[in-house]
Amino acid sequence: MSVVHVKINGIPVEVEAGSTVLAAAKAAGVKIPTLCNQEDLKPTASCGLCIVKMEGSPKIQRACASPVQEGASYITDDPELFKARKTVIEMILSTHPAECLTCIRNQNCELQQLAAEFGIREQPFTPRVRRLPKDESSPSIITDPSKCIKCGRCVEVCQDLQGVYALEFIGRGDEVQMVPACGLNLSESPCVKCGQCAAHCPVGAIYERDDTDKVRDAIYDADKIVVANMAPSVRVAIGEGFGLPEGTVTTGKIYTALRQIGFDKVFDTNFAADLTIMEEGNELVHRLTHGGVLPLMTSCCPAWTDYMEKYYPDMIPNFSTAKSPMQMQGAVTKTYWAEKAGIDPSKIVNVAIMPCTAKKFEIGRDSNMSSSGFQDTDISITSRELIRMIKAKGIDFAHLEESDADSPIGEYTGAGTIFGNTGGVMEAAIRTAYFAVTGKELEGVEVDSVRGPEGVRTAVVDVNGLKLKVAIVSGLVNAKQVMEEVRKARAEGAEPPYHFIEVMACKGGCISGGGQPYASNDANRAARTAGLYSDDEHCAKRCSHQNPSIKKIYDEYLGAPLSEKAEELLHTTYQQRPLYK
Amino acid sequence: MAVRNYILVCGGTACESSRSKEILKALQDEAVKQGVADDIQIVQTGCFGFCEQGPIVKVLPEDSFYVKVQPSDAAELIAEHVIKGREVKRLLYDKDKASKHAQVEDIKFYQKQFRIVLRNCGFIDPENINEYIARDGYSGLERALFEMTPEDIINELKTAGLRGRGGAGFPTWMKWNFSRNVESDIKYVVCNADEGDPGAYMDRSTLEGDPHSILEAMTICGKCIGAHQGFIYIRAEYPLAIRRLEIAMKQSRELGLLGKDILGSGFDFDIEIRLGAGAFVCGEETALLQSIMGHRGMPVPRPPFPAVKGLWEKPTVINNVETWANIPVIMHKGGEWFSKIGDADSHGTKVFALTGKICNSGLVEVPMGTTLREIVFDIGGGIANGKKFKAVQTGGPSGGVITSENLDTPIDFGSLIKIGSMMGSGGMIVMDEDDCMVDVAKFYLNFTVDESCGKCMPCRIGGKTMLAILDKITAGNGTMKDMDLLTEIGETMRKSALCALGQTSPNPIISTMRFFRDEYLAHIVDKRCPAGKCKKLVTYTIDPDKCKGCTACARRCPVEAISGSIKQPHKIDTTKCIKCGTCVKVCKFGAISVH
Repeated sequence: MSVVHVKINGIPVEVEAGSTVLAAAKAAGVKIPTLCNQEDLKPTASCGLCIVKMEGSPKIQRACASPVQEGASYITDDPELFKARKTVIEMILSTHPAECLTCIRNQNCELQQLAAEFGIREQPFTPRVRRLPKDESSPSIITDPSKCIKCGRCVEVCQDLQGVYALEFIGRGDEVQMVPACGLNLSESPCVKCGQCAAHCPVGAIYERDDTDKVRDAIYDADKIVVANMAPSVRVAIGEGFGLPEGTVTTGKIYTALRQIGFDKVFDTNFAADLTIMEEGNELVHRLTHGGVLPLMTSCCPAWTDYMEKYYPDMIPNFSTAKSPMQMQGAVTKTYWAEKAGIDPSKIVNVAIMPCTAKKFEIGRDSNMSSSGFQDTDISITSRELIRMIKAKGIDFAHLEESDADSPIGEYTGAGTIFGNTGGVMEAAIRTAYFAVTGKELEGVEVDSVRGPEGVRTAVVDVNGLKLKVAIVSGLVNAKQVMEEVRKARAEGAEPPYHFIEVMACKGGCISGGGQPYASNDANRAARTAGLYSDDEHCAKRCSHQNPSIKKIYDEYLGAPLSEKAEELLHTTYQQRPLYK
Repeated sequence: MAVRNYILVCGGTACESSRSKEILKALQDEAVKQGVADDIQIVQTGCFGFCEQGPIVKVLPEDSFYVKVQPSDAAELIAEHVIKGREVKRLLYDKDKASKHAQVEDIKFYQKQFRIVLRNCGFIDPENINEYIARDGYSGLERALFEMTPEDIINELKTAGLRGRGGAGFPTWMKWNFSRNVESDIKYVVCNADEGDPGAYMDRSTLEGDPHSILEAMTICGKCIGAHQGFIYIRAEYPLAIRRLEIAMKQSRELGLLGKDILGSGFDFDIEIRLGAGAFVCGEETALLQSIMGHRGMPVPRPPFPAVKGLWEKPTVINNVETWANIPVIMHKGGEWFSKIGDADSHGTKVFALTGKICNSGLVEVPMGTTLREIVFDIGGGIANGKKFKAVQTGGPSGGVITSENLDTPIDFGSLIKIGSMMGSGGMIVMDEDDCMVDVAKFYLNFTVDESCGKCMPCRIGGKTMLAILDKITAGNGTMKDMDLLTEIGETMRKSALCALGQTSPNPIISTMRFFRDEYLAHIVDKRCPAGKCKKLVTYTIDPDKCKGCTACARRCPVEAISGSIKQPHKIDTTKCIKCGTCVKVCKFGAISVH
């Protein structure tokens, strides 16, 4: 790595050659304001706020898009720069509805933050807000174009990070909008509901559909038995909403909070993650040993499933028929647990707490999602919604006592918990597949070759002499590359390049899902991932097949993995879906 | 058999829209009819530049310059000029002094011009490659292919001192050298033919009149930097230029001047045309490259500069039409020759589209360093209708106004920036006392607001906000604080907008506020538009002493705002009046005044 030495406001700093002035300033501990730049995205240089000067140069540069020059000295703030920035913010505010109090991003808005930091107290420009209708067609995401500041992040996320192309720049000049093409709404577009647009939006122009009122209504309905099921990655993110360090594992506090909110039973989707491994792991072993269609592809991620059905329907035979953990958990909640507890399943309201906006779509995807005879998961809320519920309830989360999940579908192993980060499903599957093939436990359960933050990672894992070729993908745009590899091999009649492919739609996996607390950056992803791996390490049992409750459900109810009962409740089917409706 | 006369008929867009094609056909028919078809050659050329007087027909060898020719004049031209050898005086330019101004060299419009870029326009048939070759066409390419190394080519350009004619004036040799020095298996050469300034048509005329000069230049560049593929990005609104480029490309491929193994040199180079949909911002080079790649035409931040990372991340030299058109001449005559034309700051010539309130509107090409006064008064013939000169706008929507006090400024890159304007691509609009400078500023801003891609916040919001303020001022609702706000937004846009469109769009406002502050104050303080342009600030009244009661105004008023009996003074109902100005035009007695 070659380095360059620069000064930021006189502070010497050493950064990698090719770094931007913005990155160098960050390294020097200087924040340069920006509304369009985002670490995950390539700079678009659209907001004009990050302007800086380089000593000796008459030109004003954009810190986000200017590489540092060796020996240069940058000034990030002076009266002239401050004035220009303030004017830009004032101009943006003149086109932005002043509705902070009723906005979902109140106290969590990058524009509001900047207005506060720059001490904007009056509006010099005549307000000129373009009122446009909200798009509420999607079960997952709502767009409010009136609030859009046209930074372009959502379009970049949708196209460059996710390769979905649901959002486009439409119109020009003052009329530009970030919406689906041809005047279609989101539900008619190729949108896969991953919610990464919402996770990257600096203001309240794209956000998750808020289903918290539905949850409250159920809780306050004396007739209903309301159960909570929390996804793996939620436990390492909720703490951020309450000032805890990024990645803090707060499983026990969340259980307690859920009970205080009024949930009748608190289970854990990690149980179903273990169940998924039993089904999917055995499906893999079956395909490997019986000449089934390979590579097998994971199906836990609803955005990936939606993407595959739209962009790669030829991969349907490759998809694992196993449902996602959320749906398995729903199915067993309303059958196995209801029977055991002697509860009428029609009275159960199953609330999933997810890192994900696509899950809101998944719960009503098709009739397979009602395998219990009722809708298996009634409501799916995101981590952000749960944080709001905890706050509205007045719970002092940071100081809560920890508690345990309810039995029997709340018990989980370390394999279940790492489902929340990229590579985790793969590792969990390998741990159990090894056992299924060899009858022996894998020594040193940590499979380092499948861990790491890269968008595409490949590895060859030795399973008792079988060289298992695997690929792990996060960030949908990366799936394209791997899918094309598979297609090419198939077209050439060659051996499939992989046996097993894990795909998670969001960069880094569910820990950075579209419904998680706002923090789409690599440092945060690393912290949340580390949180899950540490949760794994602290589990007494680290392989799904070792989970006593899993053994029990097969003994008492399902029989064996891939049994008729398991197929009926825990597996699903796929269909090609049109890109545009 | 020797040809007795060459008849050159202008085939530029302006003359074509004044039926020059019909003139061509009529001349051909008459030549056959009168039995001289074999004695003469009738050629459709590119633009002569003197568009004010079109359609233009020039007859050689006498160099007789016929103006405002109609198809019905064909019979007389053939019978008189070709057969009897007598000039048709009534069709000559400035017919009162026909004998003196019969020939092109006598016409003042051309006297101070020096043609490099337009050397072949109005002279050769742009659809015939042989005519281009006969004028030393492709000899520059031959030299570049067989006698020069890439370094020689760079040095030739360096000696010439050619600077980009697209507006910024970046040294062309440096741009080429950047691309040449990047190691890459694939490189590209791009011609920016997305001319879009209001009133500018230099590039269109060059492409229509001399398409081969662009093809030759791009090929030379390909040889120099090691590129094998060129793109011409041209707006679809230029159908004639596109057609002539296509014909030229076909002909040069047939002669082995384009395509594989050019002239047996082993060097391959070909060109494709890419049509733009007419977005002004696509003239900005990064947006243009985005558009070529099939993306939405929006600027992207530089660096990396296209010369290093352009089309599909490969080194890409992008120059505008006028820059390209200089290259073959430099390669043929040498950089030394070129460097002697112009002044110390800028070498060579500059083409301007001279329009507005001027007697001779048209395309003019002058050596760098020519003064604005020479262009406006000598070449342009001064202000039309005896009105008083007020200002010249150069640089289009990115430029500023130049007032009479700066008329003697030499036109070159440096001098224009010093007086608050810029060279721009070459639009030059002359304004007289009837033009309201606030209205002019509003016109340009309206244009850039319309053409803003919407990507960058300072441009998108700043332009629109400034426009709202100008609307307020021209409606008589402005306050002095608005002047400060205009300055504040203008400064912010200059500093923080992403591309040149946004950075320079406040220029017309800043410039008119600087030079015509009194006009702004008249609008704001006195609620008055001195030029009588801003409709909301003017009222129309009839002077009863002058009005003869002829009823002409009342009959023509589109909203029946004027009433009165025959032979009695008329009156205007100001509540109905839409201030269209029709009554002023039809009144023979000067009885209607605008306040």
